[in-house]
Amino acid sequence: MTKISIVAFDSTRFDVDAENGSTVMENAIRNSVPGIEAECGGACACATCHVYVDDAWSEKVGSPEPMEEDMLDFAFDVRPTSRLSCQIKVRDELDGLVVHVPERQA
Amino acid sequence: MSTPIETDVVIIGAGPVGLFAVFELGLYDLKCHLIDILDRPGGQCAELYPEKPIYDIPAWPEISGQALVDRLMEQIAPFSPEFHFNRMVAGFRKLDNGRFEVETDEGELFHAHAVVIAAGGGSFQPKRPPVPGIDAYEGTSVFYSVRRVEEFRDRDLLIVGGGDSALDWTLNLQPVAKSVTLVHRRPEFRAAPDSVNKMFAMRDEGKVRFEVGQVTGLKGENGQLSAAMVKGPDGEIDIACDRMLPFFGLTMKLGPIADWGLNLHENLVSVDTEKFETSIPGVFAIGDINWYPGKLKLILSGFHEAALMTQAVKRIAHPDQKLVFQYTTSSTSLQKKLGVK
Repeated sequence: MTKISIVAFDSTRFDVDAENGSTVMENAIRNSVPGIEAECGGACACATCHVYVDDAWSEKVGSPEPMEEDMLDFAFDVRPTSRLSCQIKVRDELDGLVVHVPERQA
Repeated sequence: MSTPIETDVVIIGAGPVGLFAVFELGLYDLKCHLIDILDRPGGQCAELYPEKPIYDIPAWPEISGQALVDRLMEQIAPFSPEFHFNRMVAGFRKLDNGRFEVETDEGELFHAHAVVIAAGGGSFQPKRPPVPGIDAYEGTSVFYSVRRVEEFRDRDLLIVGGGDSALDWTLNLQPVAKSVTLVHRRPEFRAAPDSVNKMFAMRDEGKVRFEVGQVTGLKGENGQLSAAMVKGPDGEIDIACDRMLPFFGLTMKLGPIADWGLNLHENLVSVDTEKFETSIPGVFAIGDINWYPGKLKLILSGFHEAALMTQAVKRIAHPDQKLVFQYTTSSTSLQKKLGVK
C-alpha cells in the first residue's frame, strides 16, 4: 500500500492507502473525493478527473503523454502541474504524493 | 397515453447511419419510424459540421455534412420513413407478443419487431467551457457550432480550442469576419497539421491573431459580448470580440438508454459483429454508439453495420420467409421498391 493524499478544493484532505497499479482517479472515486467526476471511467477520453500535482511531487509524477495533453485542452484552468488523475498510476516512489482538486472540472 | 404506432422497426437517432438503415431495411419491406432529439435529420453531420467537408465517404472525394444528409434523405425517400423530431426516447419494454414498446418523452408509443439504436454519441451536447457567466451570452454572442456563416460576417470573432473544428473555422471564417483571434492553451494543436500550418501562415501575413492562453472570463452587457479575458503565459489580457466560438468537444450522454439493461462497454453499447445485436435480442446498435473489438467510429462502418443488422431484423420480422439476397443493380423487385422500374 502506498499513502497518497488528495486535497479537495475546499481544502479537505483525503489520506488514502492506495494499491500500487491503481490510478489516483480510482482512489479518489472510491473515497468519494468531491470534484473528481471521471465521466469516461478512466479511458483518457474526457477531462473530468483533472488535478494539480503538488509542486513538490510534480517532477516525480512526470509529465503527461501526448494523448493526455490533448485531453487537457478540455479542462478548466490548466496549469504546468496539471494531470488527469486517471493517468497517474500509484507506485512505491509516489508514497506521500499530494494532488489538489481544481475549483471545477470541465 | 396515446394509441401506439405499429411499425416494423424503431430507429433511435436520425444521423447518417440511422438514415441509411432505413434504406437497407426498406429493401426488405421493413417500415421504419425514427426518433431524434434534434429538430431535423442528420445528427452531428447536420448539427455540428453541416458545411464542413468529409473526405472518407466511398465514391465521394469530398462532400459536406449537410450534402451527405441531403443525399441520404433522397436515397431513402422511396421508403417513406416517418420522423419524430425533438423527442428523446424515455421508456422501453418488451411486450408479451415478443414485440417492443418504445416511448418518447412526449408520451408517444411505438410498437415494433425490432429496435435499432443509431444514437451516435448519444443525445449529444457541445461541451461548454466552464467560464463564469458564459450562459448569459449563449445564443446571442457565444455559439458552439457554425450554423450560418453569415452570423459572423464583419464580426470580431474569438475562436477557442485546438482541434479540427477550431482550426477549420479559423481558416474558413477569416475571409468573412472583420477580425479573427484564435486562443488555445498551448502552441501545439490536435488539429490536422495542414490546417495548423495554414493558420500560422495567415498569422504571419497578419490575417489572424493567435494567442496562447485560456479564457477566464467574459465582458459585455445584455448578452452582447465585448471582450474576453485571456490568461496567458505573460499574464491576463483582454481580447476585444463580439462573437465567440468555443470548441471544447462534445459530451457523450447515453441518456435513458443506459437504463435499459444493455451490456455496456465504457458508455457504448456492446454488440456482436454478425448482427450488431445488443445483449437484448431484437435490440440492435449501429454506428458510433456501439462497441465491438476493432470498432472504428467511421460513417462507412455504420453503413456496413446497418446492412448486416437488416438481415437479422428481417428474420425476426418475418421468420417464415426465406431470405433472398439481391443486388439493386439487377433485381427488378428491388428496383420497383426504389421506384426506378
